[in-house]
Amino acid sequence: MTELTRTHLDALENHSIFIFREAHHAFKNIAMPWSMGKDSNVIIWLARKAFFGRVPFPVLHIDTTYEFPEMLKFREWATKHHNLNLIVKINTEARARGIGYETHDPVTVTHELKTVALQQALAEYKWDALITGIRRDEDPTRAKERYFSPRNAQFEWDYKDQPPEFWGQFVTTAAKGEHVRVQPLLDWTEIDIWRYIQRENIPIPDMYFARNGKRFRSLGCSPITHPIESNASTIDEIIAELEATKTTERAGRAQDHYERNAMQKLRAKGFL
Amino acid sequence: MQEALPLKIVFVGHVDHGKSTLIGRILYDTGSLPEGKIEEITKACAAEGLEFEFAFLLDALLEEQKQNVTIDTTEIAFRTARRSYAIIDAPGHKEFLKNMITGASRADAAILVIGADEGVREQSRRHGYLLRMLGIKNLIVVVNKMDLVDYSEKRFREIEQEYRKFLQELRLNALTFIPASAKQGENVARASMKMKWYCAASVLEALDLLEAQKHDVDLPLRFCVQDVYRFDGRRIIAGRIETGTLRVGDELIFSPANKSSAVATIERWPHGIRSEVEGSRGASSTVMQRDSSTSLGMTAIAGDSVGITLIEQIFVERGYVASHQHETPIETNRFHADLFWIAREPLRVGDFYELRLAMQQIKCQTVSIEQVMDSATLKIKSDQREQLERNEIGRLSIQTRGPLVIDNHDRIPSLGRFVIIDDGQIRGGGTIFGGVYTDRTVAKSKNIFWIEEKITSRERAMRTGHRGAVVWLTGLSGAGKSTIAQSLERDLFHRGLHTYVLDGDNIRHGLNSNLGFSPEDRVENIRRVSEVAKLMADAGTVVITAFISPYRMDRRRAREIALEGNAEFIEVFVDAPLEVCEARDPKNLYKKARAGEIREFTGIDAPYEAPDDPEIVVRTDQQTVDESVATILEQLLPRVRDYGADD
Repeated sequence: MTELTRTHLDALENHSIFIFREAHHAFKNIAMPWSMGKDSNVIIWLARKAFFGRVPFPVLHIDTTYEFPEMLKFREWATKHHNLNLIVKINTEARARGIGYETHDPVTVTHELKTVALQQALAEYKWDALITGIRRDEDPTRAKERYFSPRNAQFEWDYKDQPPEFWGQFVTTAAKGEHVRVQPLLDWTEIDIWRYIQRENIPIPDMYFARNGKRFRSLGCSPITHPIESNASTIDEIIAELEATKTTERAGRAQDHYERNAMQKLRAKGFL
Repeated sequence: MQEALPLKIVFVGHVDHGKSTLIGRILYDTGSLPEGKIEEITKACAAEGLEFEFAFLLDALLEEQKQNVTIDTTEIAFRTARRSYAIIDAPGHKEFLKNMITGASRADAAILVIGADEGVREQSRRHGYLLRMLGIKNLIVVVNKMDLVDYSEKRFREIEQEYRKFLQELRLNALTFIPASAKQGENVARASMKMKWYCAASVLEALDLLEAQKHDVDLPLRFCVQDVYRFDGRRIIAGRIETGTLRVGDELIFSPANKSSAVATIERWPHGIRSEVEGSRGASSTVMQRDSSTSLGMTAIAGDSVGITLIEQIFVERGYVASHQHETPIETNRFHADLFWIAREPLRVGDFYELRLAMQQIKCQTVSIEQVMDSATLKIKSDQREQLERNEIGRLSIQTRGPLVIDNHDRIPSLGRFVIIDDGQIRGGGTIFGGVYTDRTVAKSKNIFWIEEKITSRERAMRTGHRGAVVWLTGLSGAGKSTIAQSLERDLFHRGLHTYVLDGDNIRHGLNSNLGFSPEDRVENIRRVSEVAKLMADAGTVVITAFISPYRMDRRRAREIALEGNAEFIEVFVDAPLEVCEARDPKNLYKKARAGEIREFTGIDAPYEAPDDPEIVVRTDQQTVDESVATILEQLLPRVRDYGADD
């Protein structure tokens, strides 16, 4: 008999590492989208745990050109700190066409500057797997995700006919032009993420912490991401705040609420 | 404070018996819904001219709302006074069995919902059966929609009796049967006033009474190797501990190779206790790390994803299973299993499929189907069937092309279950029974015969699981070529590879019996060996040649010949200093050469040209035979296994 026990966070961490290693074995050409947000930084941390300190594949930042300056500063710092192989992708073609929040609706802009940019990067680098930081609790459509979720060449997610996934066995093959989304954070909740950041002391941008009575709960493009009323300036305070709140995490992300089922429509077209 | 794991519960049962409504009611009664959600859905329902229903809470996708059928697994959390729960909503629609399996396989407990109006139906039974196969032992049966049968105790008892009988046949016990109405909230969170004849637990109370399933820590150790990393100087064997406990210093047996080594370290990142990291506003308190210098860092337990290093440099690769010496798993290429099949295309006897069990992956074939059971009626047919249809469960004999490490499912579930893959998709899942545990020292026999039809080299590789290759050992007499060749051959053979050693013994006395040891004859000797090796490699064999082959030019020619035959060529320099070889002198040849009894002996009065750029060098004066073989295998196996099988 052993006295050793594992916490909820240990179990989540162990399973995420397991998924990372399965993906690393199964796919030759992997990339990891990195938004610099809290989940994204947890993903980097877990990759380093899985591979004993290094991230053995490139990280991809889809730069919408509407990034908060603090985030870009953090990008520079964290790239060095974690010794990352960073690829930055901008949909310059769409920007040249004048696509932007100043003139277009948020769903269109998000689709062009994020999803299309990702498609362009995939076409260029021919990745067969992307490691994403999405969680089941973020949005109802994400609740239906698999750990290994195939996407066809058109980027479509056939959520009505998903492969079965059980006993730690996954879809580990992608046909030419297709890719598999690998999602190690699927089982984590927003509070799990914060507790883990606290436990492991994971670097994250300062914007998550309250300044002058406001903080960001979720981070996206600067024109359409709004801070929430909050005085939470430490992780403990953030966790206490989250335990009391009933509003959703992405309430401050305008593109989700632009129209009914906006998130589902974005995701069916390939949004993370 | 330690946060306990949420208990994962799955909801199963026949379509329209009220699973989603029950979940919606539980979320509502436990105050787990986001603000405004009820209003939002009430509004949406009104817009479509519908009455509000709890089930709509879960039907988040447009299509679901249209079809009014839950299509996939969702996961939602709620909390009671005792603990937190994660709900996996498994659907009941007939088409979506694979989703139900996906959801249920992750669950700690199941709630099976039976509509009081319709009673026990096909999927009520099928789901019960699958829960047993998936290994879920905690089961609560909720007889829902009691409001539709006037809260009749008689109706409830009828259903209870019928379903209990079914469960007993499965040797599955339900903890409790609860009469309830999710729509009206009767016996969900609060005791029902309408069913005073029932005084046992409500649904939430029954959940709180569940105990987490027996922990895998107390089972024998099974450490499944996912990968071997060499990112820096360390050679880290990464994997997951499925069951048991692993400690630094433990002597491990790796199956199927049956090699043993002790655990040197358990590797972790980051090492030790870190100071506060710049840029983070995270906890400034000291972070507890399971540092390897503490006793916690010396032990890993079931569920841990770890990396270890070994004291001895034995060959280990993905798929290997480490255990302790006295609790080894079964190693076999033939076993019995119950298999459920979920693909449209039936499983056919004799067809090849890919089998995955833990990290092992191997081609397999069903040898026979002993019986077939209808998962809804449990009717058994033993009619010498040649195929297994969708939604059937078969009792099969399965044969794999190489050794497979297994346990019986009732002993160690994680090593006793496997999936069958076809065309990249999981088509079925099976549980293993009846395997016999043996003493590992007993020799294994492998007499497998397959019917060959095709003769192209790729077809051959598809069948054998590997390409042919020429492993060319070169080195001085006494360097250890023959010893390594025999040991390598034994190892490859044991892995199910086709392999053969060409050496002086089987070449000089026959094919080349007309050749002597003059420079010209040596060249011709090697040329003939090269040609024979090429033919055998083309036939799919991993040929190991063990000849001094002292001339660089000859070995270059051997490589060209092999490549002409489209075979891999791997030159291995078996290196040991002349003094060492001469001291070994296994056949007294050096002695004879020094005495002048043998002329033109390599190293004495004939030159040996060491390879410029061999694929592999083994130093037999510094490495053991096993270590040398391990070094060769590391390069050889990936090469011969890469034949474009996934194209």
